Amino acid sequence: MSIPARPPVIGERNAVISGIGQSPVGRRLGRTGISLTVEAALAAIADAGLTRDDIDGVASYPGAMDSSPGMSPTGVPELKDALRLKVNWFHGGAEGPAQLGALFNAIAAVSAGLANHVLVFRTVTESSAQTAGRRASVVGSGGSRIGGAMQYLVPFHAVSAANWVGMYAQRYMHQYGLQREHLGQIALNARRHAGLNPRAIFRDPLTMDDYLNARLVSWPLGLYDCDIPCDGSVAVIVSRADAAPDLKQVVRVEAIGSALHGRDSWDQRADLTTMASHDAAKMMWARTDLKPTDVDSAHLYDGFSYLCLQWLEALGFFPKGEAAGFLDGGEARIGLGGELPLNTNGGQLSGGRMHGYGYLHEACVQLRGEGGDRQVQGAEVSVVGAGGGPLGGCLLLTKDR
Amino acid sequence: MTFQPLPTVTDDTAPFWEGGAVGELRINRCRDCRTWFHPPAPVCPACISINVGPEVASGRATVAAYTINVQPWAPDMEVPYVLAYVELDDDPSVRLTTRLVDCAPDQVAVGMPVEVTFQAAADIWLPLFRPVKDH
Repeated sequence: MSIPARPPVIGERNAVISGIGQSPVGRRLGRTGISLTVEAALAAIADAGLTRDDIDGVASYPGAMDSSPGMSPTGVPELKDALRLKVNWFHGGAEGPAQLGALFNAIAAVSAGLANHVLVFRTVTESSAQTAGRRASVVGSGGSRIGGAMQYLVPFHAVSAANWVGMYAQRYMHQYGLQREHLGQIALNARRHAGLNPRAIFRDPLTMDDYLNARLVSWPLGLYDCDIPCDGSVAVIVSRADAAPDLKQVVRVEAIGSALHGRDSWDQRADLTTMASHDAAKMMWARTDLKPTDVDSAHLYDGFSYLCLQWLEALGFFPKGEAAGFLDGGEARIGLGGELPLNTNGGQLSGGRMHGYGYLHEACVQLRGEGGDRQVQGAEVSVVGAGGGPLGGCLLLTKDR
Repeated sequence: MTFQPLPTVTDDTAPFWEGGAVGELRINRCRDCRTWFHPPAPVCPACISINVGPEVASGRATVAAYTINVQPWAPDMEVPYVLAYVELDDDPSVRLTTRLVDCAPDQVAVGMPVEVTFQAAADIWLPLFRPVKDH
C-alpha cells in the first residue's frame, strides 16, 4: 500500500484542541505521577471551559509502565479513577506512531463520534526516578531477558537510544557532509528559546564552544545533543469541533501523519539517512493543501538533536541531504525572528523531556498567541512532530479563523 | 560480573542465537524465492511463503554506520566500544546491529569489511564482528 495522493476523507478536521494544561515541569519535583497528572488535567479541563463531568474519553501514551522507572508512572485507569470519569471511550498504549499516537487516537475517537471531549495526557517522573538511583533509559539493566526487537540491540551493548540515533547521525555525516557544529545549532537554538520560557529547565546561555567541548556520549552525539529527563505532565482536551464550548481558544487539526512504511526496528530501515518521520510527514502533507512554506512555527522532537534535523528534512524544510546548508543559517533560520522558528519553548534539549507533549502544548500556546516573550508574531500554522527511528507521528495545527 | 544483557530465546530465534556454538551465522531464508531476512520470522517477507528456515550465511559484512559509545550506562560496563550497523555480504539489505571487536575507535569507517566472531554469553553466542585481517 502507498499513501493515497488525495484521501477521500480527512476526518481529523472534525476534531479541535479545546484546552491545554501543564503541571510544573522540572527536576526532582518530588511529586507522584498522579499528582502531576491531576494538576495538568484539571488545568486543561478548566482551560477548555468544561467541567469534569463533560470529559467522556481519556487517552494516554504509553500507559503505565513499572518496568522503566519514571518513564510513565501514571496510566489511564489511575487518572480515570481519581477523577471518577464516566467515559464512553478510552485507550492507553505504546504501540503506535510514537508519542502522539494517543492524541491521534483521541482525534479519531471524537471524529467517529465515540466521545465528545477526550482528555489526552502524558506524564513523566524520570528525573525523580534517576535521583532514586535507577536509570530510566537503559534497557537490560534489570537483569531479565530481552525479547522483541530490543534483543537484537541491547545484548551487543547498544543499550541506549543515544547509540541507535548516534549510528544514524554518523551515517548522515558520512553521506552528506554534516558536522557536529550543525547539530550544535539545534542545541544552541533550544537554549536561546529556553531563556525566554520561565518554565524551561536549562536557561543559561550555551555557546558553540560549550557544545563542542562537552563530554561525548556516543559519537557523534555529546552531552548537549541529549535531552533532559524531567518530571511533569501535559494534558490537552480533544473535542469534537461542534461540541467545543469556547471557539476563541480552539486550535484546529488540519492533518495527521501516522504512516510507517519502513521496517519497525532501528536497524532494518532501508535508507539509514531517513526515519519514520519521513513516512509520517509524507502522509501529513498528502492530507492538506498547506505547504511547508505556510508553517509559522515548528515543534519537532529533539530528544536528540539529530532527530530534530530528521524532522526538519522529513517535513520538507530543505531537500534531502541538505541539512548542513540549512542549519548553517543558525538563528536567522530557526530562531524566533527567523524563517522557521523552531522549538520556541526550548524543546526537550533545554525545556525537559516531556516526551512529545511539550511540543504539542507549545504549538497550541503559539497558535493562541499566548507565548509572551517567545511569541511568534502572527502564528497561524504550526507543525508538531514526535519520535525517532522507527517511531514517528506528526500533525499540522492551525489557528481558528 | 560484566554487564551482559541476554535475549529471550524462542524456537524461531534459537538458530540465530545458538549458531555460534558451531561457528555458524544463521539467518532466515526463503526456500522458495531465496530471500534472506532478519529478524527470524515464520514467513518470507518477499513472497509470503511459509517455507522458510535458517541457513548459514557467509559471516562477511560491511559497516554501514557506526558509533563510538563513551558513556558507561551500567557500573560494570567497559568503555569506549564501537557499535555498528553492518550489512551482510550475502544480501546487504539484511542488517545486524553488532559490536566491533579488535577494532580501535579511530579505525572504524563506513564501508569497512568485517567478519563474524562469536562470543559465548550464558546459553547463547553473540555474533560480534571484527575487521577482515587481509583488508
